Amino acid sequence: MDGTILLFLLQDGITNGAIYALLGLALVLVFAVTRVIFIPQGEFVAFGALTYALFEAGRLPGTVWLLLAFAGLAFLFDLVEAIRDRALAARLPRVVFFDLAVPGLLAGAAVFVAGRGFGPAAHFAATLALVGPLGPLVYRVAFRPIAGASVLTLLITAVGVHLALVGLGLVFFGAEGLRAPAMSDLTLAVGPLLVTGQSLWVYAVTIVAVAALWLFFERSLWGKALRATAVNRLGARLVGIRTGFAGSLAFGLAAIVGALSGVLVAPMTTIYYDTGFLIGLKGFVAAIIAGLASWPLTAAAAFAVGVVEAFASFFASDLKEIVVFMLILPVLMWRSLKQVHVEEED
Amino acid sequence: MSEALLDIDGVAVAYGKVRAVRGVSLRVHAGEIVTVIGANGAGKSTLLNATMGALPIAEGCVRFAGRDLARLGVEERVGLGLCLVPERRELFSTMTVEDNLVLGGFRAPRAVARDTIAEVYDRFPRLKERRDQLAGTMSGGERQMLAMGRALMSRPKLLMLDEPSLGLAPRIVADIFRIVADLRATGVAVLLVEQNARAALAAADHGHVMELGETVASGPAAALAADDRIVESYLGFH
Amino acid sequence: MSPRHALLLFVAVLALAPIVPGVPIFWITLLGNVGLAALVAMGLVLLTGVGGMTSFGQAAFCGFGAYTTAVLTTVWGWSPWASLPVALAVVGLAAAVLGLITVRLSGHFLPLGTIAWGLSLYYLFGKLELLGRHDGISGVPPLSLAGWSLVDPRAAHVVIWIAVILAGVLTTHLLDSRIGRGVRALRKGRIAAEAFGVDTSRTKLVVFVWAALLAGLSGWLYAHVQRTVTPAPFGLNAGIEYLFMAVVGGSGQIWGAILGAGLVTLLKEALQRVVPALFGNALQLEGVVFGVVLVVLLQVARDGLWPHLARLLKAAPRVRPATAEPLPRRALGGGDRARPLLTLDRARKQFGGLTAVNDVTFSVGRGEIVALIGPNGAGKSTTFNLVTGVAGLTAGRVSFDGVEISGSAPQTIAARGLARTFQHVKLEPEMTVLENVAMGAHLRGRAGLLAAMFRLDRRDEARLLAEAAAQLDRVGLGEHLARPAGALALGQQRVVEIARALAMDPALLLLDEPAAGLRHFEKQALAELLTKLRAEGMSVLLVEHDMGFVMGLADRIVVLDFGTKIAEGPPDQVKTDPAVLEAYLGGVA
Repeated sequence: MDGTILLFLLQDGITNGAIYALLGLALVLVFAVTRVIFIPQGEFVAFGALTYALFEAGRLPGTVWLLLAFAGLAFLFDLVEAIRDRALAARLPRVVFFDLAVPGLLAGAAVFVAGRGFGPAAHFAATLALVGPLGPLVYRVAFRPIAGASVLTLLITAVGVHLALVGLGLVFFGAEGLRAPAMSDLTLAVGPLLVTGQSLWVYAVTIVAVAALWLFFERSLWGKALRATAVNRLGARLVGIRTGFAGSLAFGLAAIVGALSGVLVAPMTTIYYDTGFLIGLKGFVAAIIAGLASWPLTAAAAFAVGVVEAFASFFASDLKEIVVFMLILPVLMWRSLKQVHVEEED
Repeated sequence: MSEALLDIDGVAVAYGKVRAVRGVSLRVHAGEIVTVIGANGAGKSTLLNATMGALPIAEGCVRFAGRDLARLGVEERVGLGLCLVPERRELFSTMTVEDNLVLGGFRAPRAVARDTIAEVYDRFPRLKERRDQLAGTMSGGERQMLAMGRALMSRPKLLMLDEPSLGLAPRIVADIFRIVADLRATGVAVLLVEQNARAALAAADHGHVMELGETVASGPAAALAADDRIVESYLGFH
Repeated sequence: MSPRHALLLFVAVLALAPIVPGVPIFWITLLGNVGLAALVAMGLVLLTGVGGMTSFGQAAFCGFGAYTTAVLTTVWGWSPWASLPVALAVVGLAAAVLGLITVRLSGHFLPLGTIAWGLSLYYLFGKLELLGRHDGISGVPPLSLAGWSLVDPRAAHVVIWIAVILAGVLTTHLLDSRIGRGVRALRKGRIAAEAFGVDTSRTKLVVFVWAALLAGLSGWLYAHVQRTVTPAPFGLNAGIEYLFMAVVGGSGQIWGAILGAGLVTLLKEALQRVVPALFGNALQLEGVVFGVVLVVLLQVARDGLWPHLARLLKAAPRVRPATAEPLPRRALGGGDRARPLLTLDRARKQFGGLTAVNDVTFSVGRGEIVALIGPNGAGKSTTFNLVTGVAGLTAGRVSFDGVEISGSAPQTIAARGLARTFQHVKLEPEMTVLENVAMGAHLRGRAGLLAAMFRLDRRDEARLLAEAAAQLDRVGLGEHLARPAGALALGQQRVVEIARALAMDPALLLLDEPAAGLRHFEKQALAELLTKLRAEGMSVLLVEHDMGFVMGLADRIVVLDFGTKIAEGPPDQVKTDPAVLEAYLGGVA
């Protein structure tokens, strides 16, 4: 193997690794705040990619209906809960605003944007506006009712949500694969390497997103509240941070990060309704390597996963997925040995 | 006597089938220090956690500032001015002292929180010195101070302290109790749960002795301190 | 109707289904599919519901079974029956290798691990030339018996359901045995099981391999019924479906697996027929419906449907076990009477900079009750852990009957004759009191896995159960032996723990806060019991908070404060000691 191939594989691995890093960060966040191992993270990627590709193709993405369906469901859940708690009058305005007005407005905006040729930036924004709210809505419907359950029950629920979302993806996007046009036609020659504009976009967006997340967690009160919930749930409740609020926020960030990653990969490969799972799982491998706890370690592991995958696909393209997923076993083993033995929760 | 700030009336708390607290009633008035003492396992912490809403109440009723707390979660109770410093402190160990305090004022308006943090630093100069240190790296006494400081950030009307002296050296215990006594001057009422009966009764206006989930003696703190039955209920000389 | 009758009726209906004229072949095929799925789900119920190990990867083991026989029969021309043992051996080997890793994963790492290898194996099946890559292997021969081909679904039906019922019976036998108690303790009582000598890692592996073998058997049958093997049915989605069946049926219910497999298979079939008629496309709603039902089920009925159904059946009353030849018993009062039984010599434990136990020295004599007391955080529990081997010493030594035991594993220490109880009661709440106590006698039994499955362990088992019953009589709970342990009051549960410790036939009882949470009269009863045991020659070391409880009971009291021994002596001397009063009441600040 010559140096050019080596460099090429490295570059390929780093580009993919950047996306896995974003997903890994979102998974760590969701787990730390809600204890949910969020298997369906990849579905947000697929939904983001397909939504963006459809906007770019001048069509109205089915995500609009998906969003409205979930909003309606969440509204019903909140309504039933409010009636049960005999607090309908007090909560109704809030519930109507968050479950009906906001999703309705976002869906309306998307309908407005679709087909008018506003360009990638507007389509990017519209994609985030459609996919982002799905996070809190999914949390509301599937996870909040059993927020106190064991990690295991939450994990099985996450698998159920994954099945349902993949199925809904097929319903709302159909079986055909889509690929968005590149965000930039630029090609830079750096030494022997050809760097595409798309990979530059990936780097730029990843850096901006990571910086924004860092600022959010270090500087803003809400960001600190999320960290606090992750560190000590009871402590957070005792200072008045609502666990449900923290969960919604974490899921919202996860969905936005997912959609963002989706928009970034949409021009790089053809995305089908069920492609997200495999992409998400690689972010997962990174998050697991970092023990679902450390953000810097997750990012580092994500780049490692990207590079391993790039090399595996060069040397043994047939076995690429196997190599990446088998990576996780020794890591899990090592994590388990390090963990102090406690009686398993039920 | 004016209406009590906190009115715990005939409360029972159960873990599964086991009733850890049975038929306990007590009141705390504004600006008063009330202590609940008793041996380990008497149900003191359970009572505080149930009052805070962290455990469900099986029977009886808890009213705070004239309002029934039955349907309110922990977070809402914080908003009403009720605050608990739990036995395990529950600090945000990987965050700085200052961030812990800032989060203590999570529900307060920004400007109020800024003023309160200055007051807390005045009260605990040690915390100001260590403002950039991670909470998890502090000593036991400093952690207790941070936990109390964080609780004060929500400007509570009633502060509930669960075993503030637990595991602390005698000199630090004295500091903590002096701070508790100072709080009364600022109008904050205190409900203090302690195993260190002598120190708690010396600081309090009113005391209750719990044994096996029930109140076995109540009265002015000074009277309880002179009562031999307290020694008995601690050492079990029946 | 008793469960046994219900089972017989069920078997009869199944057996008759293909014979009754007019039953469409379609239904027979569907029932066969239910049976195939039930085999996998049954293993999964054992693994997940009983053993607490959630696997999303069971479908991969079906794949091993199916592909092994497909290759052997199509490429090498073997007969299907000859390939069965090889297929099972391959599955067993794969499961042993994967299991060695998987069962060591803790908590939620375990299901994630199964996702990882489940997916990897699925991809592997689709990539290997030998296995025909994505096209798979076709032309697998049907089963035949004495020249009679079982190509007819009616015949296959019979073979499948014989396998299902056989598997169910063997699995039920397995659970109702000495090994089975260890399996059932994996989920909630692991620490207690280990304290009584159950090798939990090995038990987990056994369960893992058995579940895989059932899946492999299903795969082998599948290959010969479908006649074609492709990777698709062995992927992660299939793994999720099997888990779904186990959850629907009810985790922990072996026969519930059939219910779950039936409902899910029928639902799937219905979706594939009804939905296209309504919406025009089949596949797309299947996942949605399955996902939603799974989520809803976890929200409203986490224990599955079987327990609701089982309520309609009268449970067979558990009777007191018949008397059996008693187990050999340790002679108490032997050994050197003058030498103390347990000795702590300057035992020290440091956690980082904190000294939790500071050079503590004391001993427990034969037939003596010694109490270790002190206020919260005094280091009592840590000292207790140093004796039981749960924590290692930083310095000093602990010896038992003249032999140094510091540094030994808890099981080794237990086997020497130190039996313990737990501060937070650790009984398996769904097991009967008798079975919980029988767990204490685990090391006194011999019967292994195969003996249990084929019911060759009955003599051994009867002796263990009789011993458990005898110990329950000894502590005065004989009348409760058939109740689930979780149904007893806390005070009684603590006494059950003592009976379990006694079933180990110990020389020294270690009791961790036995009086915590007990009512006054319960404490009195407990004190009487311990006094009686002492009269029989038993030595007792108890850690206690409650001074009142130990005052009238202990021969000697050792008082700890801040990790250091501050007093030792008879109760009357200790309770007037100024240092003890100071430690308990605190100083005036």
